[in-house]
Amino acid sequence: MSAHAAKRPFRPNWGARAGWVLLGIYCLYAVGTLEITWPRFLIGLDNGARFLSEMVPPNFQRWKLLLEGLFETMQIAVIASAFGVALSLPIGLAAARNLMPAWATWPARAVIAVCRSFHPVIFAILFVKAVGFGPLAGILTLIFASIGFIGKLFAEAIEEISLKPVEACRAAGAPFMSLLLYAVLPQVLNRFIGFATYQFDANMRNSTMVGIVGAGGIGGTLFSAFQRFDYDILAAILLSIIALIMCSEYVATRVKAVFND
Amino acid sequence: MTDSATPRKWERFTPAQRLARFGVFLSMAVLLAVSMRTVSVIPEFLWDAPTQMADLFRRMWPPDTASYAENVHDALVETMNIAGMGTMLALVMALPVGVMGASNIVRVPALNWLSKLILVSSRSVNTLVWAILFVAVFGPGALAGTVAIGFRSVGFCGKLLSEALEECDKGPIEALRAAGAPWPSIFLKGYWPQIAPAFWGITLFRWDINVRESAVIGLVGAGGIGVALDTALNLFRWQQVALILLCIFAVVIAAEVLVTKIRQRII
Amino acid sequence: MNDNSCKGNGGGAPRSLIVKDLVKEYVPGKPVLRGISFEVSGCTTVAIIGPSGTGKSTLLRCINRLIDPTRGSIDVAGHEMTHLSGGELRRARQQVGMVFQEFNLVERLTVIENVLCGRLGSVPVWRAWLRRYPQADIDRAFELIEQVGLADFATARADALSGGQRQRVGIARAVMQSPSIIMADEPTSSLDPKTSVEIMGLLNEFSRARGIPILINIHDVNLAKRFADRIIGMARGSVVFDGPPDELADEHLKDIYGGEGWLQ
Repeated sequence: MSAHAAKRPFRPNWGARAGWVLLGIYCLYAVGTLEITWPRFLIGLDNGARFLSEMVPPNFQRWKLLLEGLFETMQIAVIASAFGVALSLPIGLAAARNLMPAWATWPARAVIAVCRSFHPVIFAILFVKAVGFGPLAGILTLIFASIGFIGKLFAEAIEEISLKPVEACRAAGAPFMSLLLYAVLPQVLNRFIGFATYQFDANMRNSTMVGIVGAGGIGGTLFSAFQRFDYDILAAILLSIIALIMCSEYVATRVKAVFND
Repeated sequence: MTDSATPRKWERFTPAQRLARFGVFLSMAVLLAVSMRTVSVIPEFLWDAPTQMADLFRRMWPPDTASYAENVHDALVETMNIAGMGTMLALVMALPVGVMGASNIVRVPALNWLSKLILVSSRSVNTLVWAILFVAVFGPGALAGTVAIGFRSVGFCGKLLSEALEECDKGPIEALRAAGAPWPSIFLKGYWPQIAPAFWGITLFRWDINVRESAVIGLVGAGGIGVALDTALNLFRWQQVALILLCIFAVVIAAEVLVTKIRQRII
Repeated sequence: MNDNSCKGNGGGAPRSLIVKDLVKEYVPGKPVLRGISFEVSGCTTVAIIGPSGTGKSTLLRCINRLIDPTRGSIDVAGHEMTHLSGGELRRARQQVGMVFQEFNLVERLTVIENVLCGRLGSVPVWRAWLRRYPQADIDRAFELIEQVGLADFATARADALSGGQRQRVGIARAVMQSPSIIMADEPTSSLDPKTSVEIMGLLNEFSRARGIPILINIHDVNLAKRFADRIIGMARGSVVFDGPPDELADEHLKDIYGGEGWLQ
């Protein structure tokens, strides 16, 4: 018995404990920098209550403007998804290290890395400066965002394929295009469709956002309603955005179901 | 062998499947055509874009590194704080909501639905829109940004968390129930050990995303480096814009490398 | 083989189980258990045999209310199980140790913590959270781990163990509850024949040493005959045989499992 008492049932994990302590200290410091004070909190509550009370009931009277904005958002999402997916196919393929030589993968990976690192809004700002306000800037933005996202996933999907069929096709003397069509594509097609539908969904969400910096779509309407303190219109816009996104999510699931069986 | 009157046919898909696929492709094409025809884009602007971009980059070069200490550094630190605290806030909120959404733990369909509703609304509203809302509530500053990041991340973390909970092995849970453990103990000793790796994975993944997002929410006044970016843009200080973009790029890459390293150590 | 020298049955609550007219219907009108009655007490090993799908697992899970029975009464050490709920049910469940076919260990916890899980019913949540289990429990856990022959693995993670070792941990966890009865649901089905015999021996040993009745669901008739003091044969949701192993004849087995080709 006494021998057991000396044994430690649980080894103390000093690394983890130190991690928790550091995390706690960081939290205290970071919360300190946020300048949360009691009066500010009270004012915040007050503002929040007023804000909410002004949002209800949502004001759908300017539904024409709303519909126009939603329609433009959809246009941006559809066009950007089409071109984005079409462009990320070759770029993703070029970035796959198991099929392509280094001179092709490096530039392709660099393009993908740059597209991924910047938030779409930053692209939107630059494109608005370059091509002016309007949906064109939004479309260009989301094309780049799509390349960054699907290009990477597609390259990873190709890198995970089994190389045996590729070898077999090569042995049969197939040219490069047939190789892609018969040995590579069948292995990645399903996942690619998954990525593409997801990207359409994401573009729909993002196209509501790029309007905030002037790149077209419902986001612009949203931001101007916010700046004019028309919170009831703001609520209406938010509700319609959520509805639109839920619809697109539903459509995306259905489309995936069509291709997955 | 068999009589050759009816040659046997092999088809990859049933007619219904082919029809469905054809329908999907057709509607995609129609949607694209309609969008292309009706979108209000002036083609000249598109053709002009490369020259404009080149001009923009020429004005950005060289980046104004001298202004880093004065304008950028503090904003960058604030951005990291917003990302970190926003993620923490999200986790604190996502844990109860995620548990509520896991149908194998909470067996009340109404609560499952409530959780789904919360998670979906959180995800449907973009971080930038959340930021706008909280700037209206708390006034401009990092607090609004932190809360906005937190509210957007709840949907993401909560969804993945409740999926992880639903995939838990039922055996150990049954064993703990049979031992007469109260449900907090069942959660701590049965569910938590099973979801812990997923939990830390989700946390890291979301933190990585939040670093990117917290860099832009300043554009609507929610604190961080975005505020500096907005100021530089409005004053047409392109060299300063270039510096800020480079800093964001560096931080984002550093965060991604860090997350990849930690992930390799955990899993 | 089965010497009935009971030790450690010193006083306290009667270590008994009384099941009366137990009925379970998952779908109303289609009973899985059609009125099961039996009594178990003292340090006996009872084997429940029968074909798969006849409700053996359901019976065990009804006894500690992991499944709610439709009708009937269950008395564990003087507690009527069927009316309990909440904290009372949890306290009653501590009286019933359970060993599972798939071991049901928390794989990412260590062996000792899995064994201590048997005490979660009586250890406050905050203590479990901070791993401040009472020293008496920790001592007992080490002792049990030694008794099941895993002394060297106490702080190993459960997913590093083999099947037989995991089942030993499962048994230690059940005994850790200091139960009035132990139930084992197909404890050997996931194990090889040699390990199966060892595990059955271990269960028997604990029954003798602590004076606890053990109820074992098992489909291996030979193992049942070798280790049990008493065999209950179930078929079509009812008890069709109840007696000592040497009374179990081929015609009973025919009745229980149906057919006879497999008996040769």
